[in-house]
Amino acid sequence: MEKLRFATVGSVDDGKSTLIGRLLYDSKSIFEDQLEHIESVSKRRGDDYVDLSLLTDGLRAEREQGITIDVAWRYFATPRRSFIIADCPGHIQYTRNMITGASNVDLAIVLVDARTGVVEQTRRHSLLVSLLGVPHLVICVNKMDLVGYSQEVFECIRDEFGAFAARLSLRDVTFLPISALAGDNVVTRSANMSWFEGSTLLHHLENVYTGSDNNRIDARFPVQYVIRPQRTDTHDYRGYAGRVAGGVFRVGDDVMVLPSGLTTRIVGIDTPDGPATEAEPGRAVTLLLADDLSITRGDMICRPNNRPRQSQELEAMLCWMDDAAPLTVGKIYSIKHTTKVARVRINEVLYRLDISTLHREPATSGLNFNEIGRATLHTTTPLFFDDYHRNRSTGSFILVDESSGQTCAAGMLLSPRT
Amino acid sequence: MQSGLRGLIDESVTIIREVAAEFERPVMLFSGGKDSVVMLHLAVRAFSPARVPFPVMHVDTGHNFPEVIEFRDRAVTELGVQLIVASVQASIDAGRVQDAVGPRASRNPLQTVTLLDAIAEHRFDAVFGGARRDEERARAKERVYSFRDSFGQWDPKTQRPELWGLYNGRHRSGEHFRVFPLSNWTELDIWRFVQQDDVALPSIYFAHERRVFRRDGMWMAESPFLAPEVGESVTTQTVRFRTVGDATCTAAIESSATSLEQIIAETAAARVTERGATRADDRISEAGMEDRKKQGYF
Repeated sequence: MEKLRFATVGSVDDGKSTLIGRLLYDSKSIFEDQLEHIESVSKRRGDDYVDLSLLTDGLRAEREQGITIDVAWRYFATPRRSFIIADCPGHIQYTRNMITGASNVDLAIVLVDARTGVVEQTRRHSLLVSLLGVPHLVICVNKMDLVGYSQEVFECIRDEFGAFAARLSLRDVTFLPISALAGDNVVTRSANMSWFEGSTLLHHLENVYTGSDNNRIDARFPVQYVIRPQRTDTHDYRGYAGRVAGGVFRVGDDVMVLPSGLTTRIVGIDTPDGPATEAEPGRAVTLLLADDLSITRGDMICRPNNRPRQSQELEAMLCWMDDAAPLTVGKIYSIKHTTKVARVRINEVLYRLDISTLHREPATSGLNFNEIGRATLHTTTPLFFDDYHRNRSTGSFILVDESSGQTCAAGMLLSPRT
Repeated sequence: MQSGLRGLIDESVTIIREVAAEFERPVMLFSGGKDSVVMLHLAVRAFSPARVPFPVMHVDTGHNFPEVIEFRDRAVTELGVQLIVASVQASIDAGRVQDAVGPRASRNPLQTVTLLDAIAEHRFDAVFGGARRDEERARAKERVYSFRDSFGQWDPKTQRPELWGLYNGRHRSGEHFRVFPLSNWTELDIWRFVQQDDVALPSIYFAHERRVFRRDGMWMAESPFLAPEVGESVTTQTVRFRTVGDATCTAAIESSATSLEQIIAETAAARVTERGATRADDRISEAGMEDRKKQGYF
């Protein structure tokens, strides 16, 4: 089975580090020298217990301040599946880093403290998970040991969350009552919550099906690199390398190349493991075509009867990530979308989203660091794209500040409001 | 195809192609160690049947295991890539750095100067490294495209957000990127790839007899560059190397694993991380790697 990439979102107070520590420890993925190291640091600091957050908080500044600042990646495996964890900071000032961690994952775990229930932070994290189109969400109601393992408390939180989540576009939400500290329902089933009939967290992670998360319908292949060997033995080889962004490409398929609109046929597919007859979403392949067309990086190969949208006018949700400069209406930025780089002007910010209440507020002046809003943009050259919720690859882009070089926004393309 | 490897290969190949498309003068670091060997194999596949469109570079401390240098030269010939050797000895001769002296001298930290000088000399703007995030806690925080300022420094506090598969390689002249295509691979993934694809590696990765002595709880190999101190006695042991670096700071582990199957079984059961088991250079301080990386280390 493919690796599962998942994000854990929350702060130390929610027990996130304890949860990760529990997953790593109970799956025997913490090494002795790592454990020795954090034991000695905890001891030196005079902690009462071994601080498992030291495992993930890798930077000097993080250990000094006892907080998670940046995403840390962790790796562990069980006999059934291997996992990549993006451990994301939960505090509001690190929204940028949470989005970084969550943009690439199949599943997100949001922690809720059973004693406090759904709080502003829970709503904010769930909104971001929804906005980023993470296919699977697990709400772990943690610290159940501190509320007497009460079924009523758990169900109350679930209902409360349900009322809020109805306004989001979450595809698959699972609720689990756990205690990361005591180990209930993390790796082993809890003897304290016999009323709960669902699976443990690890069992859920091992079995969640991600095969249908990719868009397998709309064939999209952004050309990344043209392979033309300057060698006599492969003189006629001309291949178009890239990563399948949607749909399945097969040898024999009729395809159309954008922007030229010319059509041809796939005569071969080379993969890192040799020739293949088809290429699924996510595969890095080289397409060989029947006709010698002029195709360059940034072009899009699709099916003649299923083309992406093609426009210079974009409408998108923007997450502003530059702490040095706010979004400025009218300013020109560099945009990277699939394998295409262009320039873009931000025409208008339609509204700013209050990420705790989902209220839309006027934002004529622009967006500040960590703010999210809907904007219209105009690019120097047409892009070939889909709605983000239809395709995370062809529906996403970044904005780059041309003077500082900073990645200043994450963008998710939407259909224009009618 | 081993479970889970395919997605990693696709990701790495995509990163390597992206750099080749976006940067003017990329180079791939190649030491002959297993990670750099796997990375180079992926580069070969990324551009096949064309040649790899950039050279590889070895930052050579001069304190090598001879088997590794031999392997390095053979591998670049077989894979058809151009090799640049950046020599720490040359940096010493040119007065750029002072050779490390004393009983526990290692040229390991000197490599940073040689590396940065070579990057400046060749005007490289993207430098592929084989580092993995599971190796070390500072590396666990690093981006795939890792920005370096004109001093070659890494600033962990101002890392650019890295979203989806959209990498931002924008830089000014004199600045460069370190790019880590194997970021998401684990040690076990590397070995599984080596097995699946029958990748050749230096012989010292497999169990063999070697004259070693015990230092700081590790087996150090006796060599022209590293001699035992008083009280350290040399014995012959059956060992292999889990990582390969400078001979003065890379330790061997006791092992009888002579085949890939045995190494994979041993790796899967290992209770100590590879760097923890074998790298004296990481033991300098709690933030040894972070501090060196900030100065421009690999």
